[in-house]
Amino acid sequence: MSYTVIHNAHEHVGHDDGTKTTLGFWIYLMSDCLIFAVLFATFGVLAGNTAGGPSGRDLFELPFVLGETMLLLVSSFTFGVAMLNMQAGRERQVIRWLGVTFLLGAAFIAMELYEFAELLHAGAGPGVSAFLSSYFSLVGTHGLHVSCGLLWILVMMHQVKCFGLDGVTRRRLACLSLFWHFLDLIWICVFTFVYLREFV
Amino acid sequence: MKTAHLPTGSAVHAAHGSMKGYVIGFALSLVLTLASFGAVMEGLVPKGMGLAAIVVLCIAQLVVQLVFFLHIGTSADQRQNTAIFICTGALIAIIVAGSLWVMHNANVNMMPMDMSPERARLRD
Repeated sequence: MSYTVIHNAHEHVGHDDGTKTTLGFWIYLMSDCLIFAVLFATFGVLAGNTAGGPSGRDLFELPFVLGETMLLLVSSFTFGVAMLNMQAGRERQVIRWLGVTFLLGAAFIAMELYEFAELLHAGAGPGVSAFLSSYFSLVGTHGLHVSCGLLWILVMMHQVKCFGLDGVTRRRLACLSLFWHFLDLIWICVFTFVYLREFV
Repeated sequence: MKTAHLPTGSAVHAAHGSMKGYVIGFALSLVLTLASFGAVMEGLVPKGMGLAAIVVLCIAQLVVQLVFFLHIGTSADQRQNTAIFICTGALIAIIVAGSLWVMHNANVNMMPMDMSPERARLRD
């Protein structure tokens, strides 16, 4: 019954019923949204300024981007499955599906790092033109967010294992769920306005 | 032990959707993503309509994911989130559209690099 003891100790740390936490986290996400909006606006303004360097059309490979997109989309779905299992109180399943989500997210980051390495190798680093500076800032910031999300997923897998699905871990998982789905939303805008737009 | 799993805060648990919702959201997102890439890679859309097509598909997918994954809606416990989101959306529209507009104007009205100030004044 040691689990119950931990559960209770965990429960009375704050008197928040969770409503305020998710609302606060949502407000944080919206401020994050503004960061991305500014980066998108910067990219939109600078996208044409290639300074004689390569343009996106020369550099980007759409099938590769489609692969990245699929990984992130499927990971969004698997996180949803983890949340459904959380509602049902199935700890092992939650950890398993969080694990699947982590692997998909890690594969996405690996593809993105490979893409960046290829660009640098081809002499298209962030210092070449305003277009490439804004490209690396925007896509890099998204990648950094996904990396933080991956770390958070690992932490939550550990917490679910140690504390079980009590009020606190449930609340944290709810916030992580918002964060992860939010990153997928940003990626929809990235693949549309950064990658696809170059080819229309 | 099962009683220990009972949820405590109702708002945290109220809006996680169902398997059906996630499957529908996933299927719609998949279709919209493939449509976007197909429109550009296979040239399925007539010339000049490409940008409009991918923007529409992008917005459609954003709405789908907001509804099915982030559970944005008009139900009582989600109304606050939805209101904040709409406010942020308005701010984003102002920032992005405003920046593009102002910078486009600045670009159009900028003196060409190969023109001297005297010639520029003469042309005015």
